[in-house]
Amino acid sequence: MYQYDSYDQSMVDARVAEFRDQVERRLAGDITEDQFKPLRLKNGLYLQLHAYMLRVAVPYGTLNSRQMRMLGDIADKYDRGYGHFTTRQNIQYNWIKLQDAPDILADLASVEMHAIQTSGNCIRNTTSDQFAGAAADELVDPRPYAELLRQWSTFHPEFDYLPRKFKIAIIGSETDRAAMKLHDIGIQLVKNDAGEIGCKFYVGGGMGRTPMIAPVIGDFVPPLQMISYLEACLRVYNRYGRRDNKYKARIKILVHEIGADEYRRQVEEEFAHILTLGLEPPAEELERIKGFFEQPGFEAGASDDLDLSDPDFALWVDQNVHAHKQPGYAIVNISLKPVGGIPGDATADQIRLMADLALEYSFDELRVTHAQNIVLPHVRKADLYTIWQKLDAADLSAANLDLIGDIIACPGLDYCSLANARSIPVAQKISERFADLGRQRELGELKLKISGCINACGHHHAGHIGILGVDRKGVENYQLLLGGCEGADTSLGTITGPGFNEDGIVDAVEKATNVYLAQRDEGERFVDTYRRIGMAPFKEAIYAKETANG
Amino acid sequence: MKIITGSDLRTGDVIWWTGEGWSRHVNDAVEAGEHAEAIIARENAKQIVTDTQVIEATVTDEGVRPAHIKDRIRALGPTVRLDLSLKPADPAAGNWVI
Repeated sequence: MYQYDSYDQSMVDARVAEFRDQVERRLAGDITEDQFKPLRLKNGLYLQLHAYMLRVAVPYGTLNSRQMRMLGDIADKYDRGYGHFTTRQNIQYNWIKLQDAPDILADLASVEMHAIQTSGNCIRNTTSDQFAGAAADELVDPRPYAELLRQWSTFHPEFDYLPRKFKIAIIGSETDRAAMKLHDIGIQLVKNDAGEIGCKFYVGGGMGRTPMIAPVIGDFVPPLQMISYLEACLRVYNRYGRRDNKYKARIKILVHEIGADEYRRQVEEEFAHILTLGLEPPAEELERIKGFFEQPGFEAGASDDLDLSDPDFALWVDQNVHAHKQPGYAIVNISLKPVGGIPGDATADQIRLMADLALEYSFDELRVTHAQNIVLPHVRKADLYTIWQKLDAADLSAANLDLIGDIIACPGLDYCSLANARSIPVAQKISERFADLGRQRELGELKLKISGCINACGHHHAGHIGILGVDRKGVENYQLLLGGCEGADTSLGTITGPGFNEDGIVDAVEKATNVYLAQRDEGERFVDTYRRIGMAPFKEAIYAKETANG
Repeated sequence: MKIITGSDLRTGDVIWWTGEGWSRHVNDAVEAGEHAEAIIARENAKQIVTDTQVIEATVTDEGVRPAHIKDRIRALGPTVRLDLSLKPADPAAGNWVI
């Protein structure tokens, strides 16, 4: 893992001291809320429905055990004993007191963490593949490049006041596990026929009220020019992105309105200019960073054998354990989605347990996934049973990865001041309806995603089944979407028709799954069947009762 | 009726205007009357409350109930963590929110 140098540390420490002074002045009444609000937001501190909420950045979703343990300790010391892992691989605390915020940031800084740029119209925390450096299908480890992005984007003066927030994802595998094409910029590290590494740039994707899939803008940018190409992409956006209307201010709108070809032409023009300035980070810096991401000291000849005589363990291995590039090792996915639980929530004790497991069994590494789960990336297969037992004792052994129980849900109206409807109770009811693991496995891969408003933090556009909560004259109402998908075959969901109440949406989801079970061909996922047979059979089943009753 | 709500600057807690000060219990909220904007301006100037606003509410047998679900959830706490709400001992506490 990357470790701060003295420059990184002093920068973060200085920011803590600055914010401490700002908070003191606010509490003393020396500055108004209008003056203070943009300052606290720059430090990830929102005011939500019930209290201040602090969003802590987890750079490209990667943590060590010391950092993870600190996240648990903060939950106990300053919050109410739990944290919420988000779809941007971050963690949020829901019950923060303003007076405590500087101390929390100081605690975070002591383990090389912060909340900088987790809000505001700037470049947010870069996200990445949670299996980076471990996946068997990986072409290039994206973490050194993600770290380069972190250093470039942090406090970048030119891009501190963009027209709107800006989200970047970077991956290095053929399989996209980071919803890359639904970001403002998605970068895929690829190799050409000569074996050279290049960056494929997807620009102008996003969800929110105007979901779009990013088109390819740069096919093969040399990695040492990645930063310059990003500068060019951002500069064109910063110059022409709309600041008159926040709903049209994201880069996706610019790319869409002027067209991908024209946007590409302008980026290439700017890129050519930037290249003349010699601004690229030196190759030695990338090499220095790569040094922090060397392969761990895997045990040679570690056994691939597993005793699967415990059926519950066998189910968990089959569902939650992923192939590792190193023989004898595996990637463990810890689901934060127990039956009827709150997706992404973990107690302080659970967080500390996962930290301990990482230290003892995973070369001191953890990852946060955009699906609101946790990963132990480098686990000896011989240790899997012990890990599973410890997870099981802590209610962390749900064997439902990528199944219908592995629901993504935003905090919704239970916590969020922007939300129009509650997301979590819907997730809980669906989770309980499909509690039987055999039933979940019969349905196979089925990604269900719930957002409590059009801002789409719950990624409902990309759900095989998506749910969007809306406010209908002061009453919660839920729209159902089908056919969304992230990854190589990214697609956007389509609304089935009129919305439902809280119980009705659960029934509608079940009816949709019944159509799938009745109509699927061999090997088809839910979304594959939907693509083959279209909306009509689903719609007919979902609204059949309402139609019959006239 | 119209009542005034805001957030405690220091703690972020949801608070309600009682006519004399601020309470964490919505049942203490009072009709803000025609002077609501003046009250808000005066209280904001004290720098102890933030995000103040006037909202619609009704008085029921059980007490003051904000008209909009978002404000009712603010008044109670998250419906999915009643243990953290204002009525942690009442398993049915969420019912009056919906």
